[in-house]
Amino acid sequence: MKTNFNVTVSLWTLTVKEVRRFLRIWVQTLVPPAVTMSLYFVIFGSLIGPRIGSMDGFDYIQYMIPGLIMLSVITNSYNNVVSSFYSVKFQKSIEELLISPMPNWTILLGFVLGGVCRGVLIGIIVFGVSLLFYPDFTVANPLLTVTVLFLTSILFSLMGFINAVFADSFDDISIIPTFILTPLIYLGGVFYSINILPDVWRSISMANPMLYVVNTFREGMLGVSDVSISFSLGMIITFILVLSVSCLYLLKKGTGIRQ
Amino acid sequence: MAEYALEINNLQKVYDNNVVALKGIDLKVQKGDFYALLGPNGAGKSSTIGIIGSLVTKSAGKVSVFGNDIDTDLNKAKSMLGVVSQEINFSQFEKVLDIVVTQAGFYGIPKSIAMPKVENILKRLSLWDKRNDQARTLSGGYKRRLMIAKALIHEPQLLILDEPTAGVDIELRREMWSFLKEINKNGTTIILTTHYLEEAEQLCRNIGIIDKGTIVANTSMKDLLGTLNVQGFVFDLDQPLEEAPVIEGFPLKLEDPLTLVAAVNKDRSINALFSELTKLNIKIKSMRNEANRLEELFIEMVNANEN
Repeated sequence: MKTNFNVTVSLWTLTVKEVRRFLRIWVQTLVPPAVTMSLYFVIFGSLIGPRIGSMDGFDYIQYMIPGLIMLSVITNSYNNVVSSFYSVKFQKSIEELLISPMPNWTILLGFVLGGVCRGVLIGIIVFGVSLLFYPDFTVANPLLTVTVLFLTSILFSLMGFINAVFADSFDDISIIPTFILTPLIYLGGVFYSINILPDVWRSISMANPMLYVVNTFREGMLGVSDVSISFSLGMIITFILVLSVSCLYLLKKGTGIRQ
Repeated sequence: MAEYALEINNLQKVYDNNVVALKGIDLKVQKGDFYALLGPNGAGKSSTIGIIGSLVTKSAGKVSVFGNDIDTDLNKAKSMLGVVSQEINFSQFEKVLDIVVTQAGFYGIPKSIAMPKVENILKRLSLWDKRNDQARTLSGGYKRRLMIAKALIHEPQLLILDEPTAGVDIELRREMWSFLKEINKNGTTIILTTHYLEEAEQLCRNIGIIDKGTIVANTSMKDLLGTLNVQGFVFDLDQPLEEAPVIEGFPLKLEDPLTLVAAVNKDRSINALFSELTKLNIKIKSMRNEANRLEELFIEMVNANEN
């Protein structure tokens, strides 16, 4: 090779490839969350919401907005990486990366950045949709909101990567999002405060990791939370570090990608 | 300076299902060589290539690409290596141009520097007009060309092609041969695996035959073909024959009434055969070598290894 290897170029290339992938299929990736969330806002916000009244001192539709944004960000970050990385395994285009001199950390970071770009973009789209239904919404703590948005997107992109590494079929990439991730998010305080639950269910809910993500984001957007923010942020960052090390270990070992 | 483009010592591979693919092979490929690695299906060719290209993890042994050990200088080794895999391994939904530019990017080459190279190689491989087509719309032959373009975009010093012309029509195969000869002439070392033994005979100077995870021959093409004691010739006849003539010392068989095949021993002169045929008033319109000399040797060696 006559040109010296430039790691920044390789990382940029992979990230652009990942972003281009989900933009190319925007009807599948960007439109559905906007449509689904519009329906949530119409049914639960505008139609049923006024009958529910207030939640933690906020209009119900206003209370739902952070939860629905997180729901979209989590599922889209996760799905982007799990489907993209599994597809490159399935199509064997992973060989393009493995044969190249790209270090493992750039491969991981490229896929994660792709997931983060989609997650954050979806977050912005859903927030935009929510403003159509509640134009007076103001963000209480923009710095915390943006920080949690990015951290959550990184966390679930890493989880999607691990799922894809172990996946042997397309079923394997839908089982966890469908049967584990989505129920945990729904039960993690997207639609309600755990303060309205009986003591037993409230205690059980405290074991749901999604509760911390959703409530930390709600603290950023509304200034209210059912959990300790410093504890939640600490746990999110700890999980990001643990999952990053795990992903790098799997790449080095070649699990699921090298024979 | 490394002496060899590729040096393999005691390379072993045992897969998780306990299949032993490589039993400790040794191989050296000279810089600038055009080397054929032949073997029947399951012989260990793709495992060897996979290990060199970091797609397969070796169980034991050493591999160096231009002196760069893949255990200690993997990225340097990768930078010098281009691999054209047996199976299509690009995203079918991307455009041809994007696929090659992206591949250059994976090697750290920015788009601004890559573009003239991409244009050049796509033109050379007759892909430039299809640069904005989605890869999935290309025919099998064009997909093969795209694989080669991808593998060459970072100007590797060693190019490994795993059955590059499988399923490709004759015209395109000849075009590929001419292209590969040209890049080899310009200094790129090439290792080729193929089931078309005529291809190996036409292109390669040196040859290794692998079977059941061991190297059964590693020599020059000339020396290998020189071990053939008998050479086959095909004669196109002017007039049809009902049966093959009997000429002492020259076994003959009739493929069809107008095609006669002769086996000529190395120590016999073909002129003697012509004389005998003339005496029998058999007129020959044209003559060619029987395809394929290498095939006979290959089968002989693999059969010997079976036993």
